[in-house]
Amino acid sequence: MSDTTLQQPSTRSRSRGAETWSALLSNKLAAAGLVVLVLLVLAAVFADVIAPYGYTDSDLTRRLQPPSASYWFGTDELGRDVLSRVIHGARVSLQVGAVAVGISLVLGTTIGLVAGYRGGWIDAVLMRAMDILFSFPVVLLAIAIVAVLSPSLVNTMIAIGIVFTPIFARVVRGSVLSVREEVYVRAARSLGASDLRILGRHVLPNVAAPIIVQTSLSLAFAILTEAALSYLGIGVQPPRPAWGLMLLDAQGFIPTGAWWMSIFPGLAIFLTVMALNLVGDGLRDALDPRQRSVIQARGAEA
Amino acid sequence: MARFALRRSAQALVALLGVSIVVFALIHLVPGDPVRTALGTRFDQDLYEALVARAGLDQPIVVQYVDWLARAAMGDLGVSFRTGQPVTAALLERLPATMLLAAAALLVGLVIALPAGILSAVRQGKPIDYAASGFAQIGVSVPDFWFGLLLILIFARGLGWFPPSGYVSPLVDPVESLRRLVLPAVTAGVVTGAILTRFVRSSVLEAMGAEHVRLARAKGLPERYVLRHHVLRNAWIPIVTVTGLQLATLLGGIVVVEVVFAWPGLGRLALDSVQRRDYPVLQGAVLFMALAFLVVNVLVDLLYARLDPRIRAS
Repeated sequence: MSDTTLQQPSTRSRSRGAETWSALLSNKLAAAGLVVLVLLVLAAVFADVIAPYGYTDSDLTRRLQPPSASYWFGTDELGRDVLSRVIHGARVSLQVGAVAVGISLVLGTTIGLVAGYRGGWIDAVLMRAMDILFSFPVVLLAIAIVAVLSPSLVNTMIAIGIVFTPIFARVVRGSVLSVREEVYVRAARSLGASDLRILGRHVLPNVAAPIIVQTSLSLAFAILTEAALSYLGIGVQPPRPAWGLMLLDAQGFIPTGAWWMSIFPGLAIFLTVMALNLVGDGLRDALDPRQRSVIQARGAEA
Repeated sequence: MARFALRRSAQALVALLGVSIVVFALIHLVPGDPVRTALGTRFDQDLYEALVARAGLDQPIVVQYVDWLARAAMGDLGVSFRTGQPVTAALLERLPATMLLAAAALLVGLVIALPAGILSAVRQGKPIDYAASGFAQIGVSVPDFWFGLLLILIFARGLGWFPPSGYVSPLVDPVESLRRLVLPAVTAGVVTGAILTRFVRSSVLEAMGAEHVRLARAKGLPERYVLRHHVLRNAWIPIVTVTGLQLATLLGGIVVVEVVFAWPGLGRLALDSVQRRDYPVLQGAVLFMALAFLVVNVLVDLLYARLDPRIRAS
């Protein structure tokens, strides 16, 4: 195959990328979501610089202080600065979300590509296995996996990664089926290109749009799931400052009136998830108007 | 219809078999010896051997699975490593609380979603549409456990209208039971309501764009009549379906809300069994909830096919 034929898709995808960007930025909600996300990533990366205190710095003489000039979000039961812990928590949340979705992206895309491209019994076996994982309620399956692996940061990532794999496999398989018989794929095949080359060079770039949309929406769900697992005490473990874990601590201090411990970490989860959802919806409208959100897709299957 | 029902049930049965393998595998994926881990410092050789034998862990793995599945099919899910109580009995004891909460949450969800979704579709692009869509966006992004904590902060701790947690059976004290049900039901219901609002809106919008609706309008029928007789009649089929699916999701996802409000349901039981490393109880709870999830899904599909003949044909 000559170089000119190989360059074609990449040039096209670049112009399409620029198109997507401008469509995304002209969508006010998606643009707002994007701004929040950029701020979050900055907070996560520069947490050590931005946070006024260390996340484990405790001052027992300043326990359960309400928000003030020196502690904007107040302090917790050990006299730790809630603001600093919320900022460091962004790192944990984004890290777990990114790695977990990375796992499901790689696993699910591989399974979906192989199943859709090969068809036959391989397709049947792989997709039935995905159906089985899909038969479990999401949080319940994550709990069961963490229970077996024992609670930790890494195992939380693995559990969420496994739970979200079937969604990617289904989305990718569906898209592969629709491009498998396209002229350019048949042409590559008749030119003697290997399966791996056809999948990597011709199929994958053409099913990228739904994968990108799914990634963004799954990140929102993954961060919510991590927060839930940490809140249940079986996700990220102390003293790491995960937002869900901070809420678990906070609940015990509601009777003492320490409302700030409950408000700020929850607000951080909410804003992060909302920003990701807005960007995901915006990407969907820009890239692939036909694809609907995960929830809608699940409902429509019936 | 009978063929469709048969095919759909067969599919579900295959899925259930797969689910049973995953659930069975759980206990075998635990690193080390699950019984020893569960007993921890309470280790006692006789108790250990009894539990291993009762759980069948001294048998070859295929024998173990077939045996476990056969017993599970008969309703015997083994005994708790901690209390020695039969798992099935523990599950049935917790079931009413979960069902009450799920039903109440679904009711709250529908009470929010039906008017919000229909109004926002009918008044598309108007302020009420933006308000409803904004609510839906917030509702799907808010962590349910945090929303629960906010409700506790405001309505239990601040205003003192409701107790912050706990469950009372409606058979024992209906009024107190209701008081304790309100906050958890609203917590789980608002998230459900947000998802349903989006659906109701899009279903109604889709039905409003249909040819026969345009014809009805062109004939000069009053808008209210068109809405009732032409739009909603078609829109309610997908709404029923999604509501059913939401019930299935609620049954599985309610664990977090149960923990926030110390609600003694199945989810709480599953979580406790994780912390106590009581694997038979965990297996039983997961299997039971996955079964409920599958059964509700099949029922919804059958109902959908019954309401909409086009589904059977495809």
